[in-house]
Amino acid sequence: MNPRYRPLVATTIIFIVAYVICVSQYPGMWSTRVLGNFLTDNAFLGIAAVGATFVIISGGIDLSVGAVIGLTGVITAIMITRFGIHPMVVFPVVLVLAALFGAAMGAVIHFLRVPPFIVTLAGMFLARGLASVLTQDSIPIDHDFYRLVSSLYYKLPGGGRLSAIGLTMLLTFAVCGFIAHKTRFGSYVYAIGGNGVSAALMGVPVGQTTVAIYALSSFLGGLSGIVYSLYTSAGYPLAAVGIELDSIAAVVIGGTLLTGGYGFVFGTLIGVMLQGLVQTYIVFDGTLSSWWTKIAIGFLLFMFILLQNLVFNSQGPSRLRKGPA
Amino acid sequence: MKSLSLPNIFSHQILALLGVLAINWLVFPGFFDVTWKDGRLFGSLIDVINRGAPVAILAIGMTPIIATRGVDLSVGAVMAVAGAVAATFAVSGHPLVVTLAAALAIGIACGLWNGMLIAFLGIQPFVATLVLMVAGRGLAQLITEGSIVTFSDPQLIFIGTGSVLGLPMPAVIAFVLMLAAHLFVRRSAMGLFIEAIGTNRSAATYTGLRSRSLILAIYGFGGFCAGVAGIIAAADIRGADANNAGLWLELDAILAVVIGGTSLLGGRFSIPLSVLGAVIIQAMNTGILVSGFPPEFNLIVKAGVIMIILILQSARIGEVVAAFRTSRQSQGKK
Amino acid sequence: MTETSRAVLEATGITKTFGNHTALRNVDIAFRAGEVHALLGENGAGKSTLIKILTGAYTLEQGTIRLDGEPVSFSTPLQAQALGIGTVYQEVNLLPNMTVMDNLFIGRQPRRFGLVDKRTMERQAREILAKYGLDIDVRAELSTYSVAVQQIIAIARAVELSGKVLILDEPTASLDAAEVEKLFDIVRRLRDRGLAIVFITHFLDQVFALSDRVTVLRNGQLIGTRPISDINRTELVKMMLGKDLALHHGDILAEESEVGETLMSFRGYGLKGKVQPLDLDIHKGEVIGVAGLLGSGRTEMARVLFGIDAADSGRLSIDGRETTVRSPRDAVELGFGFCPEDRKLDGIFGDLSVRENIVIAMQARLGWFRALSRDEQLEIAGNYIEALDIRTASAELPVKLLSGGNQQKVILARWLATDPRFLILDEPTRGIDVGAHAEIVRMISRLREDGLALVVISSELDEVVSYSSRVVVMRDRAIAAELHGADINVQRIVETIAGNETAPAEAHP
Repeated sequence: MNPRYRPLVATTIIFIVAYVICVSQYPGMWSTRVLGNFLTDNAFLGIAAVGATFVIISGGIDLSVGAVIGLTGVITAIMITRFGIHPMVVFPVVLVLAALFGAAMGAVIHFLRVPPFIVTLAGMFLARGLASVLTQDSIPIDHDFYRLVSSLYYKLPGGGRLSAIGLTMLLTFAVCGFIAHKTRFGSYVYAIGGNGVSAALMGVPVGQTTVAIYALSSFLGGLSGIVYSLYTSAGYPLAAVGIELDSIAAVVIGGTLLTGGYGFVFGTLIGVMLQGLVQTYIVFDGTLSSWWTKIAIGFLLFMFILLQNLVFNSQGPSRLRKGPA
Repeated sequence: MKSLSLPNIFSHQILALLGVLAINWLVFPGFFDVTWKDGRLFGSLIDVINRGAPVAILAIGMTPIIATRGVDLSVGAVMAVAGAVAATFAVSGHPLVVTLAAALAIGIACGLWNGMLIAFLGIQPFVATLVLMVAGRGLAQLITEGSIVTFSDPQLIFIGTGSVLGLPMPAVIAFVLMLAAHLFVRRSAMGLFIEAIGTNRSAATYTGLRSRSLILAIYGFGGFCAGVAGIIAAADIRGADANNAGLWLELDAILAVVIGGTSLLGGRFSIPLSVLGAVIIQAMNTGILVSGFPPEFNLIVKAGVIMIILILQSARIGEVVAAFRTSRQSQGKK
Repeated sequence: MTETSRAVLEATGITKTFGNHTALRNVDIAFRAGEVHALLGENGAGKSTLIKILTGAYTLEQGTIRLDGEPVSFSTPLQAQALGIGTVYQEVNLLPNMTVMDNLFIGRQPRRFGLVDKRTMERQAREILAKYGLDIDVRAELSTYSVAVQQIIAIARAVELSGKVLILDEPTASLDAAEVEKLFDIVRRLRDRGLAIVFITHFLDQVFALSDRVTVLRNGQLIGTRPISDINRTELVKMMLGKDLALHHGDILAEESEVGETLMSFRGYGLKGKVQPLDLDIHKGEVIGVAGLLGSGRTEMARVLFGIDAADSGRLSIDGRETTVRSPRDAVELGFGFCPEDRKLDGIFGDLSVRENIVIAMQARLGWFRALSRDEQLEIAGNYIEALDIRTASAELPVKLLSGGNQQKVILARWLATDPRFLILDEPTRGIDVGAHAEIVRMISRLREDGLALVVISSELDEVVSYSSRVVVMRDRAIAAELHGADINVQRIVETIAGNETAPAEAHP
């Protein structure tokens, strides 16, 4: 087996083992109801994490996604409640705005050669700031369409509900997995993450691709913001604070190399699910406190970073070493 | 000591600070008013140095780290951990010395952990410190058991709210720490070694520098500073808030260091200038606050500041302009 | 030979300057279809600059490039590639994290309904590689294959995309003999298909084995282009190292100065894959000159001696006591110093001042806490600035603003400040102006007289002859010969480098 798949395989095995342990302790967790809630509760995280997967595979980082979720949520809420625009009109507008925001960050990253970490940090400040300037309070969204979407679900065998937003997340994973592995754009993302200089020499449009990657990440941030507003029926400027860390953790735990070049959209789904599993376990347990989630995720993150370090350094490509002079 | 470490960009930061203060004065004429009450000074200026102290202290620790081309994203979370330790120790009745020692020790331990991952396992700083950034707040909550642990130890509270010679205690601590750190790195060979490693790691190795132990030490020092800032933050609110203590302050600290003229690509650094950077950030915050703008503008202004600095620092701008010109010219020829 | 074939790629009057340094001066070169054209030259000769201009990595400032007789201009490698000039670099410039077929097709993957058509891509990839005798799983990641296979894939990609000129930049540097042979077969086949092939290498054997013509560059100038059948190894080495033997024959050697007692002896000292185990005794007051072509193992030897790449075999004793050098740190403790070949990359701290650059090694030896005061630093720096005649406006100037020669003196000063016993200088005079050049050569002799032991690597053979008490000739990562006394002359060194003491050049075709 290709050693580069090891982190993904490890994640999958850990998830299965963890789930089996959970079920053996709390048989109630073996139900489509829990699974359905799982998807619903983590939908916004999952969608944001898909964007982070692309960014990280390309060797970058996006710290602004949580703020984009907050901003798009607020804009959506304002447009619907104050201007009375129909959500179906609002959504595309918001998504385009979000994509433009990301495209601007990508352009600065590529054309000014500024580290993505700093650019997206500025983006985070900007988006949170704008959201907070628009409103400081949570704006409840009371609209027929929202009620309709919230009530939509597909009944799973066993009584579980696959909600519309849970389905949105799964669709996002499917579509983006397709983009990552089946399109030219997807291969460019991997190419840039593998070696940007070589990629450029080989004819990869590095600039366009970088802009598109960050646009995609912010677009998915916007989608996640819409999903979050559906989930909470509100727009709140401080929504999803720190989600960028959770999504980065999900991506890494899902077997994507933080330094770029290797990764799987599907792995990220498992990373998200693993985080959700930890949370659900803690809820079921009742005596464990919520902070164990963070500690457990931090621990998993550490283990995977260590694992990647071992896998990728022990037999790293020889071109990284200094050649004979 | 003079001019040993203060490069000529010193004037830029001073000018920036004066500019911010002048704008503050324009929008809020009472900005420079300082009054003496109950044995201490009050006023917006005092507020700036008081509120700016935690970020200044973090920036002191962050400066050598960035100078070696590193970064520590975990300092905010480490603040929360140290604050949690201080609070729980204070609540269980330990003497102040023990409480402080414990909180600082945990800070240093966190820093050494980061340093070990970076220096000995060769993990990139950004990646390595992400672990504690994610897990740190969980650890802090574990220590406080999820609640906000409040304490009433007057000595500990004094660290956050007291005053010395009329000046707020946090500002005094930040100033003393700045002076001590600055004198230490410049009087010992540390400063030279840090700048050497940050300027050219390969040449530093060829010269026989112990890069690894140095990197371990500076991350340990970064953890120590985060510990100090964590104690102050906890003492200020008389309790440990694991969720919010130090939240996003790592980013402010990085920004302060960058405003202070240290490049994210490593090399020359100045601890006093980084502290000045922290004061500039806080002066903007306070200015927005006193001028009646909603505090939310803060973030937008900060984003703007980051972009301006990036554009000023980006050598690429010149290249882009030049490339644009030549492409225009060559098009013109055709 | 294909003397009559047309020139596919022709460059005339190529000049390239960087600041006030001229990297290429009025070079004319032509590559013909169906010919392998070797390009030779030491570091700094201008080879890589020429290649970068021909491949579009640097923009052409002066001169003309003609492709099939038509003047062309390109400013990016992509444009050059599209016009028909493909390049394969020594460090394979592919994407190790992607599949073989991705590497062959990225940027132009076949599509169906907007999606990458992996099946077609796989079939085409197999077909392409079959032409090169490769039958591998094209869906596997590139990094799972050996460098040799990767190199062939890179060639296949370049030929597919370009198809007129193929530039091979040191393609054999990390291949073993069998792999090299396989690669050569492929190159010959491509030549017979009518490609113009530019072949850059350090290995003379390979030049004679593969090329039809050879061009030598030195110090940015064209030394000459000759059919391979008209030249022998000694002549080639002479062209590369710039020795007109008639002039320098019988150079005065360093007088047989009484060599001091043995300082250190290396026994069976080596590192697998870099330097074959070598025995070397080094005496006080001695300069050991190291000669050899690029890639002969000379720099690798220096790195092993100084502990940058720790030796994995052999012993070292200093003053009769066994010791080990596992890192530069150990070496510095023992009183070694090392001036690396690439000053900018490994030597200077560009943004730091001349003063700091001079005191740093001494300070590193003193440790963190026994800091030299500013006054002490200034005094030390001032002394060396004066003693070595370092031309700088002030000791506080960033060292990157100094000229190459003065930077070299700063690095030398850095080591002299540590009061060393043993100095290794790797190409100390490369790329510096004539005046500083002579000063450094004088300085080497002076240091020897002061009782230091020195190992000096240089491709300037006059220089080696003038200061060496002994000359070690490196070839194929091992010491090929040690020359003493009257044998230390340029003629003898050139012959030894060329390997003529075992096989006369005439034996080669």
